[in-house]
Amino acid sequence: MSRAGTGNPKPPAGYLDGPARTGSRFTFWLGAATLAGFAGMAALGLLVVPADDVQGDTVRIIFVHVPSALGAYAAFGLTALGSVMWLWRRSEWWDITAHAGAEVAVLLCGLTLVTGMLWGRPTWGTYWEWGDVRLVTTLILFLVMVGYLSVRALGGDAGSVATRAAVVGLAGAVNIGIVNRSVNWWANRTLHQQSSLTEGKLEDLTLLTLVLAFVVAAMAIWWMVMHRFRIGWLERQLADRDIHQAVRARRAEAGR
Amino acid sequence: MSERALQLRPMGLMWRDLRLLAGDIGLIAAKDLRIEWRARTTLGQVLPFALLVLVLFGFALNANRPTLELATPGLLWMTVLFATVVAVQRSVAVESIDGAGRMLLLSGMAPAAAFGGKALAVAVQLLAVAAVLLPGVVLLYGAEIESLPLAVVASLAATAGLAAAGSLLGAVVAGVRAHQTVLPILLLPVVAPVLIAATRAFEDALGTAAVNGWSWVGLLAGFTVVNVALGAVAYGPLMEEA
Repeated sequence: MSRAGTGNPKPPAGYLDGPARTGSRFTFWLGAATLAGFAGMAALGLLVVPADDVQGDTVRIIFVHVPSALGAYAAFGLTALGSVMWLWRRSEWWDITAHAGAEVAVLLCGLTLVTGMLWGRPTWGTYWEWGDVRLVTTLILFLVMVGYLSVRALGGDAGSVATRAAVVGLAGAVNIGIVNRSVNWWANRTLHQQSSLTEGKLEDLTLLTLVLAFVVAAMAIWWMVMHRFRIGWLERQLADRDIHQAVRARRAEAGR
Repeated sequence: MSERALQLRPMGLMWRDLRLLAGDIGLIAAKDLRIEWRARTTLGQVLPFALLVLVLFGFALNANRPTLELATPGLLWMTVLFATVVAVQRSVAVESIDGAGRMLLLSGMAPAAAFGGKALAVAVQLLAVAAVLLPGVVLLYGAEIESLPLAVVASLAATAGLAAAGSLLGAVVAGVRAHQTVLPILLLPVVAPVLIAATRAFEDALGTAAVNGWSWVGLLAGFTVVNVALGAVAYGPLMEEA
């Protein structure tokens, strides 16, 4: 089919011509390495690391809890950054990145809350402690991000959705700081563990496993964000292609 | 309108700009309040709704006087939060009729001024709600006002913060079909600091807990300033999308 000289809107080369996949050679090996890392982490964390003197076996949950908490805030930071970049530069790339970050943030926030509650019950004797600043802040962050995704799901023109979502992401990022300060001031007491890592309280093997858990979590987040980004990118291309095809069909109908 | 349009110069706001800005804010706020007054939405629906919530809390807490007295500050501000959702939805709806919001944009007025005006109108309505609720909790829950100045200043700061965050997130969902269901999930988590701080301040004002209410007013003021700034920046791009 020759399109030369017809004046029809011509889609860019390689426009969904290739396989519409989200995987690549890089993400394949990244995913494989992540899975191997998870296996190693599980073996170390569940079988090799000794139980804690005070907390017993429940301490093993930090290998999931702490990396997912940091990951959730990192992914949320990506969303905030993407929101600013969309509002500033109208960069579609950053807009899709912000969306990908938000979905991963909601997942990791949920994981953080669930593992935190599972750990809190045997250790503090309660699933939920209102006096704990990080717990309450993380729950509010979870709700803010759910709101962000609901704005994403409203539908409509891609640019309009991007702007609305970016404002929610930006307002959420600024306000979560105030939420943290106000809860801190309000509760003025915290049950939360101070950072075991920075206080040097961890034994060598536990520390090694935790470091491995951070690396594996970072790889998993990277993998998820890349795949989600590519899905978002393909969705845009598909929408554009549908418009191009409709225009072509209409012109063919009109005999031009 | 065009010759008095606000031009933001790179070097910052000039005194004349500030006067124009204040004038435009007043213009928009007066317009919204006039519409509210003629439609009697706040008077006829939001205020009775707020009183109704107070009565329902009384039933929910089994009309237990000690419990009600302890919970009064929190219940009062929960009620104002509900009223905020209703008032913001109304404020958004006014601009979506016949593309009024777009006309506002075309008037050449700075988006920041339009945002300020709309937020101010919502704040005035919320203040009216708080002014009705305060005697309401005295009469229904047996609350006693120990410091009226604190109650007034905290109400001013809290309603301003709620109106600013509400108008900003209201603009996010403006022109969207599902806006009535989306607004509460966007707004209520973000205004959690207002609920915490206003409740603490009122605990001091009503003498139900030994806290320093004035320090919480500072947090309310900070929340207001931050959200007014966000709204002033984001309102323009949002109205173009609506």
